[in-house]
Amino acid sequence: MSWLNQILQGVLLGGYYALLACGLSFMFGVMRIINLAHGSLTVVAAYGVFLLADRLEWHPFVGMLVAIPAMALLGWVLHRLVLERSARAGELVPILATFGLAVVIDNSLFSGFGADTRSLAPYVDSLAYDGLEVGPLTFGHLSLLTFAVAVLLLGGLHLMLAHTGLGRRIRAVADDPATAQLVGVNALKVNAAAAAIAMGTVAIAGTFLAMRATVDPYAGAPQLIFAFEAVMIGGVGSLWGTLIGGVALGVAQSLGAQVHSQGFLIAGHILFLLVLGGRLWLAGRPLSLALLRGR
Amino acid sequence: MSNKTLQAAPVARTWPAVTAGHQIERWTVWSKISVALLLLGQLAFAVAPLVLSDGLIERLTVLFIYGILALMWNALAGYAGLVSVGHQVFFGLGAYAAVRLADAGMSPYPALFVGAALVALLSWPLSAFMLRLKGGEFAIGMWVVAALTHLIVNLDTLVQGETGTSLISLQQVDMAQRRLITYWLALATMAGLGWGVFMILRSRVGNGLQAIRDSEEAAASVGVRVLPTKRLIFVLSAFGCAAAGALWLATSVTFQPKTYFSVQWTAYMLFMVLVGGLGTYEGPILGAVLFFTIETAFGASGVSYLIGLGCVAVLFALFLPKGLWGAMEHRMGIQLLPIGFRLVHRQIPDARASAIPSKAP
Repeated sequence: MSWLNQILQGVLLGGYYALLACGLSFMFGVMRIINLAHGSLTVVAAYGVFLLADRLEWHPFVGMLVAIPAMALLGWVLHRLVLERSARAGELVPILATFGLAVVIDNSLFSGFGADTRSLAPYVDSLAYDGLEVGPLTFGHLSLLTFAVAVLLLGGLHLMLAHTGLGRRIRAVADDPATAQLVGVNALKVNAAAAAIAMGTVAIAGTFLAMRATVDPYAGAPQLIFAFEAVMIGGVGSLWGTLIGGVALGVAQSLGAQVHSQGFLIAGHILFLLVLGGRLWLAGRPLSLALLRGR
Repeated sequence: MSNKTLQAAPVARTWPAVTAGHQIERWTVWSKISVALLLLGQLAFAVAPLVLSDGLIERLTVLFIYGILALMWNALAGYAGLVSVGHQVFFGLGAYAAVRLADAGMSPYPALFVGAALVALLSWPLSAFMLRLKGGEFAIGMWVVAALTHLIVNLDTLVQGETGTSLISLQQVDMAQRRLITYWLALATMAGLGWGVFMILRSRVGNGLQAIRDSEEAAASVGVRVLPTKRLIFVLSAFGCAAAGALWLATSVTFQPKTYFSVQWTAYMLFMVLVGGLGTYEGPILGAVLFFTIETAFGASGVSYLIGLGCVAVLFALFLPKGLWGAMEHRMGIQLLPIGFRLVHRQIPDARASAIPSKAP
């Protein structure tokens, strides 16, 4: 029965991955930019909420409510100063720029906070370890909450894209920026708004990351890889696919850990490569970015 | 720029005047001088250890290894349009292969290059898979491959996880002799790969590559075989980075997976190529020298040095994406090495040609 519990823990972990990958998926879907600083920005949000909890004794959830608009603003600035400008220089330049940015962020965090790991777990009372026991299965309260938030967030974004004016504009720009401009959509503003929304979700992901685990200044790189794997396993451009991808990644890692002490990460990476290979095999052509189609 | 488009066009070995008063040329006086100077410089480096101090020889070896990395990453990102954040996988595997081969009884110096060749062989099937990915997907996909490879190498009992191991058989070689051999091997590898890339760029494949650099779709539409061309560069870069990793092992002797599979190597490569000039031949050489100088001056200051590197890389990506050399080439129209073709006006005593106002390129 421990296997069953292990799978459950994997599914719940997948909720966190979906939450983490949400912003990356959204940005990739809309702007076709892979933001290599995504993981590092998640860690920035985690440190921000930690500082509020540590210095001002704000509850992490209150801190998160402050962090969301702050990160959204940062996303807007990031788009205006870095993404938009570098995308004009060529499709590869945003990769170079955001990678450089990640190096700057990671090392700045290190010089500001040192190598110590930080966690929000001490600031959320018993939420970090409380759980529901059902037979052999353990449902951690925090894990359940994370999963619920991920589903709500992905669902909310989905509804926003489908039914609001901004959502329609975002889809139009994602489909064809030039034509969207012709019919009076300001692509620049829409992309900046999308970047802001994506960074807002990063604030939530960062808070949950620090509540469920510890963070250190160089934690950004693995977070980026996990988020990317969840997006790619689930299929680029589909928000619900990201949830499925996150869950698949979580289950694979969880089962991998059961098989071998080093199996956690290895199993995740192997699943990612298998899915990629399978998809290439089936398609027999380069992965097309069927972005936000069939919605 | 008119000579950009000409670089992409396959041109016969002999090129007649396109129209009266115009000529296509490849070798200019400048390029002849610079090729001669480059050869002389390499020759000078080859005999330099006779007069250099031990410390300087070691530092120059490091410079050569950086040069190899910059050359390879530029060939990949600058010409084949493949930005990889996972090329540390080949760097690490090159060193690991050398350790493994030496453990199996091969003498250490041949092991360095046999290992690199094996890694290149391994990169062939990998390319079939990875090259289907586009842009950012390829970039992080390579990173995943690097992370996975790092974990798998850690499982090898010979490596003992993150504790690492060392190339023990190298320690039997006399220290001074080892320093010299590694210096010459690094120099020879850098020069060999440098001239190799030079020859490729001048060949028909090179025309295709430069066309891919400018526009992949357009290149494919005029009949450039995009995937095989990219694969050639991918495998070459795997070999080069593996050789660089093996040479790094030869300088430091110890093999710790964490150091060799670190994403830092990608940060270095990106910095050198971006600052020097992405997609130019001369750029990465300039970038390697600059990076080496900066590292020698500020490397000891640790984290703030890395922050500075990152900031400079971001600024270059935003404001000077063609790098220093690209900007210079654009401004002054110079190209030191004869890789492309140039269209020039000539004063020809011809009634029709003299009617055309003649201008410098």
